[in-house]
Amino acid sequence: MTKTINLTLKVWRQKGQKKKGRLETYKAVDISTDMSFLEMIDVINEQLTLEGKEPIAFDHDCREGICGMCGAVVNGRPHGPEKGTTLCQLHMRHFSNNDTIVIEPWRSRAFPVIKDLAVERSALDRMIQAGGFISVNTGGAQDANAIPVSQEAAELAMDAAACIGCGACVAACPNASAMLFLSAKVSQLALFPQGKPEAAKRAISMVREMDMLGFGNCTNETECEAECPKEISITNIARLNREFYKAGFFSAEK
Amino acid sequence: MQLDAKIPGGPLAQKWDRHRFELKLVNPANKRKFEIIVVGTGLAGGSASASLAELGYNVKTFCIQDSPRRAHSIAAQGGINAAKNYTNEGDSIWRLFYDTVKGGDFRSREANVYRLAQVSNNIIDQCVAQGVPFARDYGGLLANRSFGGSQVQRTFYARGQTGQQLLLGAYSALMRQVGTGKVKMFPRREMLDVVAINGKARGIVARNLITGEIETHTGDAVVLCTGGYGNVYFLSTNAMASNVTAAFRAYKKGAYFANPCFTQIHPTCIPVHGDYQSKLTLMSESLRNDGRVWVPKNTGDKRRPQRIPEPERDYYLENKYPSFGNLVPRDVASRNAKEQCDMDKGVGETGLAVYLDFEDAIKRDGKEVIEKKYGNLFQMYEKITAENPYETPMMIYPAIHYTMGGLWVDYNLMSTIDGLFVLGEANFSDHGANRLGASALMQGLADGYFVLPYTIGGYLAGTPLEEITTGHSAFKESVTSVNDSVEKLLSINGKRTVDDFHKQLGHIMWDYCGMARNDEGLKKAKGMIQQLRAEFQENVLVPGSKKDFNQSLERAGRVADFLEFGELMIIDALSRQESCGGHFNEAYQTAENEALRDDENFCHVSAWEFTGKDKEPVLNKEELKFDNVELTQRSYK
Ligand SMILES: Cc1cc2nc3c(=O)[nH]c(=O)nc-3n(C[C@H](O)[C@H](O)[C@H](O)COP(=O)(O)OP(=O)(O)OC[C@H]3O[C@@H](n4cnc5c(N)ncnc54)[C@H](O)[C@@H]3O)c2cc1C
Ligand code: FES
Repeated sequence: MTKTINLTLKVWRQKGQKKKGRLETYKAVDISTDMSFLEMIDVINEQLTLEGKEPIAFDHDCREGICGMCGAVVNGRPHGPEKGTTLCQLHMRHFSNNDTIVIEPWRSRAFPVIKDLAVERSALDRMIQAGGFISVNTGGAQDANAIPVSQEAAELAMDAAACIGCGACVAACPNASAMLFLSAKVSQLALFPQGKPEAAKRAISMVREMDMLGFGNCTNETECEAECPKEISITNIARLNREFYKAGFFSAEK
Repeated sequence: MQLDAKIPGGPLAQKWDRHRFELKLVNPANKRKFEIIVVGTGLAGGSASASLAELGYNVKTFCIQDSPRRAHSIAAQGGINAAKNYTNEGDSIWRLFYDTVKGGDFRSREANVYRLAQVSNNIIDQCVAQGVPFARDYGGLLANRSFGGSQVQRTFYARGQTGQQLLLGAYSALMRQVGTGKVKMFPRREMLDVVAINGKARGIVARNLITGEIETHTGDAVVLCTGGYGNVYFLSTNAMASNVTAAFRAYKKGAYFANPCFTQIHPTCIPVHGDYQSKLTLMSESLRNDGRVWVPKNTGDKRRPQRIPEPERDYYLENKYPSFGNLVPRDVASRNAKEQCDMDKGVGETGLAVYLDFEDAIKRDGKEVIEKKYGNLFQMYEKITAENPYETPMMIYPAIHYTMGGLWVDYNLMSTIDGLFVLGEANFSDHGANRLGASALMQGLADGYFVLPYTIGGYLAGTPLEEITTGHSAFKESVTSVNDSVEKLLSINGKRTVDDFHKQLGHIMWDYCGMARNDEGLKKAKGMIQQLRAEFQENVLVPGSKKDFNQSLERAGRVADFLEFGELMIIDALSRQESCGGHFNEAYQTAENEALRDDENFCHVSAWEFTGKDKEPVLNKEELKFDNVELTQRSYK
């Protein structure tokens, strides 16, 4: 049965990238525990609007945990306290009456704040541009069943491919490294026969791009895996490292 | 205007080959002299942008989200159809074609649907080559499952994340072209107008959603891949930013809008639970392969489902439709759920739900097998409802999901504005009055990978295009009108929020232009929408400023368009005095409560022409001819 709770929110408000931000306090009253976290912010935003104030800016779109658009640091944890859950899929039943909730944007040099909780994440796209693909043009592909792929490899590739590109791994990492994101893509493609020809080049150029974009180094803190809403495994990082070293030793790609 | 669908001559199976041969070509060296604007990066826009760039065209691609990978297509769960017949069940291009025409209740164009079935096989090949991780059998070959409205297993899938994986495939191809410089990507932009010069689409006006700047872009052709308009109902399974704005503004510039009242209600969504709710979540209909739909036999039975013994359960789909059972098409499944709830057999707190039960499937196949197939869907269900579907039957209810209507296009996917092409859910082309499951992904990718790249070449090679710049008066006029409407929204300063209006509009549409419709209700709704629109113009409250990241302003523009477009849907529904597929007018039904078509008078596409603000639109008809399939009363018994 539906229950309601009252909360105190401390929300990061920042008018623009170059502006100074600060935490503002709001009361959230009679919040149904069946609401999602974002629906709770919707309610606050309706109130703010009617009071003649500016609503809280935050990114979101699918609201079902798949587009990777939403995300904020809730009480110090990217996407909040529930394991394997995006912010849009977090429900208020995981909070208690009279809780105080601190809500902040992703914090990373590579993700500047646009406004309030919305950040700029195009650096993730740039890493993919550097090699996160198999170079096949449309048309001319052979029959899909011409190359069998073992079920095991396909499943592992799918595990890696489940990444939604939200950036929580970067926000969680003390070094703001994007290794989990990058390794998930390199792993997925390296697990398929059709991804092999470019595997060395892919690993090298994506890692190089990541370094250039201002992400930090991976020092095996494993916070990324703990906070990833899709529970992408850090074994992907090991697979990336293997691809990367193989590329360095055995291939002409530099 | 006489609508010419430009369907090539010759036998059905040879039309596309023949057309490709007859289309004029742009030679490879000349392709780089053309610039093409693509709006949208879902399956349609992503695949089109990448394929055009690979051919050598210069492409400018736009989307609302911060990255092209986040388009609404990402949320598709169940799968994508193809006529591969890997399962040896007797599938074929012809069968996929036939099922799609029949599923669409004979309101689609034969030639388009046949082409769609033909290229379906190329799509799967292409996606596998890109590294899309489709599910595989133990032998390493691709796995298939069946999906609503089909008796063969022709659906390819990647767990419950097929849309995500297909989109990431198209996105990776797109990113590769961004890397080579052939595609210039413009994320966080909203197209607010199409610019037509001498009757040809030559550019767009877009708002930069971060800075609020109004930008102008020229092109030799414009391709709209902006998705469907299900959010006119406020609550739908669509992503929050899905809208009708791009299509509607093109309509106002002369593109006809076809069959706007053809909307699809999906039978398996998580039921509504409160008025704060912002969207509805779909549970993929692949669940109907293993789940059994039932309600209590007795009205008002409020016991927990486990407490209701077998003989007191009504598996109404299996009983009523013995050959398709739980796999009847979506419109049939949805209307039957509503019927049960109207008879007071609905379950759950609100009585607006039916059970989808996996108990038998788990007993038969084991929990592990079910988990492998649907694990992420079950998990999603549990997150939202706090109930475990391995133990308690799911509760489901129909919700707005897809829109078959869209901008009218000819066989080349070109609208009634020359040089304005429309792909994916945004066009009306292939699904008639009802879409079969796993066919939207197929259509989006067919349009983008395998149809447009040819047909746009035919247009560019055969059309003289003068040099233009954004200094042209048509751009200036367009910018002025976009600016005026943005300023108007900010200046009203009324007392009701944008969402408040949107919710009210949604209720009107769902009550009177939803699962079942009647003339009286539709007429009433028309008046209600006009009133609501007038109030919006005087009483909406949009905070913030225009030169800023202003999400309220974005929504206000979209809702303003929905308030006009909703009326067009009603007008269309009123004019179609028959029932077909998703359009169910209660006055026209068979003795078994199925949609009763009137092929004599309504075997046509209704293409609406804008004639001016607050004026009635004009109806243009494209007669549909069925030379290859016989028109029959659909029956899934
Ligand atoms: C929950 C769910 C599950 C589904 N499951 C399946 C399934 O299993 N199988 C199947 O076949 N189909 C499924 N569908 C349907 C299918 O996903 C969609 O029909 C299809 O993905 C639409 O693709 P699209 O490319 O046409 O548009 P979309 O993916 O909606 O993309 C629209 C694009 O246009 C952009 N855009 C829109 N307006 C503007 C504007 N004004 N300016 C700039 N950019 C704009 C957006 O940013 C976006 O990039 C499902 C749909 C839903 C809602
Ligand atoms: S809004 Fe799409 S993942 Fe949260």
